[in-house]
Amino acid sequence: MAVSKEQVIDFLYEEARMLDEGRYDEWLALWLEDGHYWMPLDYKQTDPHLVTSLLYEDMFMLRLRVERLNGARTFSQKPKSRCHHVIQRPFIDEMTDNRVVTNTSMHYVETRLDEQFLLALTAVHELAVVDGVLRIANKRVDILNCDAAFGNIQLLP
Amino acid sequence: MRTVSDITALYTGPQVHRDVYTSPDIYRLEMEHLFANAWVFVGHESQTSKKGDYFTTQIGDQPVIQVRHSDGEIYVLFNRCPHKGTKIAIDRDGNTGKFFRCPYHAWSFKTNGCLLAIPLKKGYEETGFSESESAKGMTPVGAVKNYRGFVFARLASDGIDFDEFFGDSLSSIDNMVDRSPAGRLEIAGPPLRYMHKCNWKMLVENQTDTCHPMVAHESSAGTAVKIWKEMGNPEPRPPAMEIIAPFMSPYEFFEKMGIRTWPNGHGHTGVHHSIHSDYSAVPGYFEALCEAHGEERAREILDENRHNTVYFPNIMIKGPIQQLRNFIPLGPNKTLVESYIYRLVGAPDQLLSRTAMYNRMINAPTSMVGHDDLEMYERAQEGLMSNGMEWVNIQRLRTGEEDFSEETVENGTTERQMRNQFDAWVKFMTVSMEEA
Ligand code: FES
Ligand SMILES: [Fe+2]
Repeated sequence: MAVSKEQVIDFLYEEARMLDEGRYDEWLALWLEDGHYWMPLDYKQTDPHLVTSLLYEDMFMLRLRVERLNGARTFSQKPKSRCHHVIQRPFIDEMTDNRVVTNTSMHYVETRLDEQFLLALTAVHELAVVDGVLRIANKRVDILNCDAAFGNIQLLP
Repeated sequence: MRTVSDITALYTGPQVHRDVYTSPDIYRLEMEHLFANAWVFVGHESQTSKKGDYFTTQIGDQPVIQVRHSDGEIYVLFNRCPHKGTKIAIDRDGNTGKFFRCPYHAWSFKTNGCLLAIPLKKGYEETGFSESESAKGMTPVGAVKNYRGFVFARLASDGIDFDEFFGDSLSSIDNMVDRSPAGRLEIAGPPLRYMHKCNWKMLVENQTDTCHPMVAHESSAGTAVKIWKEMGNPEPRPPAMEIIAPFMSPYEFFEKMGIRTWPNGHGHTGVHHSIHSDYSAVPGYFEALCEAHGEERAREILDENRHNTVYFPNIMIKGPIQQLRNFIPLGPNKTLVESYIYRLVGAPDQLLSRTAMYNRMINAPTSMVGHDDLEMYERAQEGLMSNGMEWVNIQRLRTGEEDFSEETVENGTTERQMRNQFDAWVKFMTVSMEEA
């Protein structure tokens, strides 16, 4: 059963909301088990393996990342960070019965204590339709100033 | 004005005064003296492999250009036009061809810095220009050495020579390069750039601080172990387990791994074993290394699993994973950390892929391990402003006077390497200072 464009767009908005509200268990459940969350270090980077990236995380790493955020001895999360995505209507670049590729511009704000920073992002989602349900097969997030020096980016842009 | 005795008084052996981390005047003196007198890392030769290739960076607070001249040699020049001061190269790297051309008034310079041409040169006739400093062109730094591909420079034109400064500590660079079947490393992509609101020395000290991983990194390494167990200890272990879990090793592991110190502030953890010892073998690599060096030598190279080698004043390398971290001071409480990785030429890609993974898992601004380290440094930088106490304690396993002119190997949890750095710090801060 194919999904509609509107379902795809709702899915992406809902995903951003889960991240902003810290509903990480629900967020992890969106993923296919062999998915990767990739955040390149270089502008227009093509290879995640033989040069450094900011993130290239499998489900083990994503689970670890999410579980760590709530740990009793997670010192860099005392107090906790908060984040906020403002997303533009996604472009749907490819759509077949079981695969959808989208491109979404976002502004991402993360804050902790007296600090707050803004990142401009382009997120490319590769979605799969499994049993009529949308899942994240892979996600690539490009930060506009990916080659700038950053302090801690602790949540998931 | 701080005098030699003021500087000497900041380090007593068991303690160091907080001013070394917080004081703007001490920072200025470090830039003027320490970073001018020491041999400081500039870049890797493969960043400027062809004639005319250049790369811009800093030595302390001094903007410099590393460039490959037409004679094939690497030069390091101050990045400043001798006319009115404009930076000659602005981008991080590029190829300038046979000469640099200043974008302001088009003075041009050979890639060794010599003045090549000035438009409308007759305007300088009979002005005494040829006697001026500007007529010489772009100023080269005091001395440059390319050691097995790693380019170091000393800003001061006179001072300690390269071999004396580094001595036997060069064995860590040797081991990293010897791991390449071709005997050569190549830069692999741009570095991670991570901004820290703390003094640069906190980062350098932390490289041999073996009593913090199981505490500060419990949230990442401990949680990784926990999740893996919950999954029923699957094998092969997820890559994160291989890279992050060893941070949770017990104190005893770190005690036994040993710390070696060399004169002039250099030293390393992981004399006998390290968190890098148990990485899984990469198919085809050992064979390639045996082919290049013979089996006995190949084993000898791979049996050396040094953890972090600090090259005083401000870099750290990891031989077993071909990484270099450059702690670039930007102010008393601001440091840019650039983490580079290198390809072992002639080795399978899988090794480089592990190196890239290590870099992003541990040293990225998005790294869970990095987050807790940065949190500790920034808390320390803020805590040091407290007037409740003025001194920082670094006396773990210091049982008496120490002689840092000797190479030693000690228990892996000693803070001797931090003291070794401060001993060198006093030496290179004061060597060019006038007595009051
Ligand atoms: S400032 Fe460079 S040519 Fe004038
Ligand atoms: Fe650490």
